[in-house]
Amino acid sequence: MRPLSRLTTAGVLGAAALALLTGCLGSSGSGSSSGGQDANRNADAKKVELTFGSNSVKGGKSSAGATFISDVLIPKFVAEQKGKGVDVTVKFQGDGSDDEVYKQKLSLDLSNKSGPDLFQIDGIWVGEFAQADYIKPLTDTVGDAAKVDNWDGWQQIPEAVQALGSYNGKRYGVPGGTDGRVLYFNKKLFQQAGLPADWQPKSWDDIISAGQALKKISGVTPIQINAGTAMGEATTMQGVLPLLVGTGSEVNSDGKWLGNTAQLRQVLDFYHQVYSTGLGDPVLQKEAKGRDKSFAEFAANKIGILLESDYFWRSVVEPKEGVAKMADRDSAVGWAMIPAMKPGAGVKGQDFVSMSGGGATVINPNTKYPQQAWEFLQFMNSADMVKASLDGAAKITQRSDVNSEVLKSDPMLSFMAEKVLPITQYRPGRAEYPKVSAALQQATADVISGKSTAAAAAAYQKAVETAAGGKDKVTSN
Amino acid sequence: MASPSTPVRTAAPARGRAPARDVAGLGVGRALGFVAPALLLIGAFLIFPALWTIYIGVTNYRLTGVEAVSPSMVGLSNYTRALDDALFHNALWLTMLFVLGSAIIGQNVLGFTLAWVLRRARPAVRRTVEALTLLAWILPSTVVAYLWVAFYDRDGGTLNSLLGTPGTAWLIDYPMACLVVFNTWRGTAFSMMLYSSALQAVPPSQLESARMVGASGWQTLRDVVFPHIRGHVLTNTLLISLWTANDFSPFLLTKGGPNHESETVPVYIYNVALQGGELGYSSAISFLLLIANLLVSLVYLRLLRRRS
Repeated sequence: MRPLSRLTTAGVLGAAALALLTGCLGSSGSGSSSGGQDANRNADAKKVELTFGSNSVKGGKSSAGATFISDVLIPKFVAEQKGKGVDVTVKFQGDGSDDEVYKQKLSLDLSNKSGPDLFQIDGIWVGEFAQADYIKPLTDTVGDAAKVDNWDGWQQIPEAVQALGSYNGKRYGVPGGTDGRVLYFNKKLFQQAGLPADWQPKSWDDIISAGQALKKISGVTPIQINAGTAMGEATTMQGVLPLLVGTGSEVNSDGKWLGNTAQLRQVLDFYHQVYSTGLGDPVLQKEAKGRDKSFAEFAANKIGILLESDYFWRSVVEPKEGVAKMADRDSAVGWAMIPAMKPGAGVKGQDFVSMSGGGATVINPNTKYPQQAWEFLQFMNSADMVKASLDGAAKITQRSDVNSEVLKSDPMLSFMAEKVLPITQYRPGRAEYPKVSAALQQATADVISGKSTAAAAAAYQKAVETAAGGKDKVTSN
Repeated sequence: MASPSTPVRTAAPARGRAPARDVAGLGVGRALGFVAPALLLIGAFLIFPALWTIYIGVTNYRLTGVEAVSPSMVGLSNYTRALDDALFHNALWLTMLFVLGSAIIGQNVLGFTLAWVLRRARPAVRRTVEALTLLAWILPSTVVAYLWVAFYDRDGGTLNSLLGTPGTAWLIDYPMACLVVFNTWRGTAFSMMLYSSALQAVPPSQLESARMVGASGWQTLRDVVFPHIRGHVLTNTLLISLWTANDFSPFLLTKGGPNHESETVPVYIYNVALQGGELGYSSAISFLLLIANLLVSLVYLRLLRRRS
């Protein structure tokens, strides 16, 4: 037997690895779909098989969601279809990985014209998937515009929330649960500062003057608006974007990214005003665990006003199981809508603004059973099923009728559903978004470190041009 | 399996490579059979990922967008980008500072000093000190990092109480100094243990003679102790430098902040990959870090060989 040298072994292994690599990647990028399929294919099938993909898994990530889909939703749908004489099997294809990993698996499947018949995605992927032709407007997939548009569920989902499953004004999927952002404030500190318990600022100036009143109490940070890079996306979603929509501008409009504009500088000026005059704590924004610390400080009555989502109410200061419990939450924590810079200055001429996130369920354009998949989607988003999915918990759903029923006992969440959701905005679902978001975070970091607004905005312009891939894709004035 | 009575034939120690047939008296095929599981594991978890990283490093692979699905080859542009990337240069410089401050100087000097002082201490004292320092080394780095975050904390941190400097945000004002102190504290135990055993190799008679001729402490260290432990010093320095250069715990203390002031190369790689989503570029930097580590190792090995 010939002695096998180490080199040969390494060579064989290396070649095998490379073959695997090129094999893995060579199959992808097979071009966009031709779209010439009959939307009514298999519409009368008596035996139907569907798979439902979701980034959730029993006993793991989003366990409650996975349990509901496989133990309640699917059996109920199967029974309903049996009544119509159709034998349906729905396979739940759960995944418990990081969102980015799940997204990649899904992208690979879709680019190869495979993947589950229906799947759940984050709302900010909708645009990206639509751009890549992985998903199609519901009316195209289902083939009959009236059939889609006449679904009574749309009446219950606020226009603003429908944006979560839409792209360029077309519906690609049905949104799932969502959230919203408000200004939380500590009523005890407000009382000490002589501010009203039913505080509702109507402009940024109102926020600043409340901050100045709170500043007189020693040991209290008046305002916490997330800033800097350490907080990551929390800075963008709970800081820059809610302020930006308050200037009437969006981070992406008409396919162009926001650059160094007057509106961006107004947002940065507001940051400068808060963090250079002692109304906010610049050091907290630079700490690795700054956001967690801001929660702890709010719960310890050391922060006056804090911009956060309903997650803060449900899971942070929640008296029994929150991460920073406030035993007196219900009496001590107030909330108010986020005002535009000035009344009427917000997007669409709004007086008040908010930002939201959430997911949507989409139909795979390559499904063998487009009609049955649409039936499943409607069934899944019916009032009964949406209510059942909550399993008794109080959470904001996409449906107004369900919200008004299940949130009755929670004034904060009712407020969010009734007042905030109708005026909210969603992030643009585009591939460049994470880099633009990072550039926005950096701009706020520059301002709180003492850079001038003009310098921070100019540096941001450079970063966003790189992220967007050219000057022509950026708006500046 | 050979029964206990069968003498196992071992290959005669020879310079250069022994003929393959002589591998413990087994044929090549059987020998390969024995090492196959190890080869498979090493292939799957070491060689394959390394090759994968090299491959990804010459593509524009991303976490999001079209390049996430169909990346294309971009040649060496990730590497040329690294040449011009001020943040990468900053990360390299900070990594060198981190290694020099906390490993080459901090852990080495402190570890040796402790070993030197403790060698004549009462066993009980020595064991106590060893146990305490070792605790720092064996605790999971996450736990240690968060202990130090609390120690440095601006409000109610131990350091501010000790120094009477309330309100000083150490991790924000002096991030690198904080990291150097943290990593020195954490890694000293290893150097101390290594030097404790190394010092046993110094013949007491030589130390005695040095004392007789009235050599100063420093002379004794330089001319008597050091020649005996030179190999240990080199090996130890190499090991702790590599560990420190690849250490991710700075992320837990500062996330590389504020404003990239403590962004060492591993933290920068993470930020590029997961915040910017640029897997191609981050793989290229990872490969550069690997090359740098290899070069450093080669230099040390040279030095070691010169000694023998």
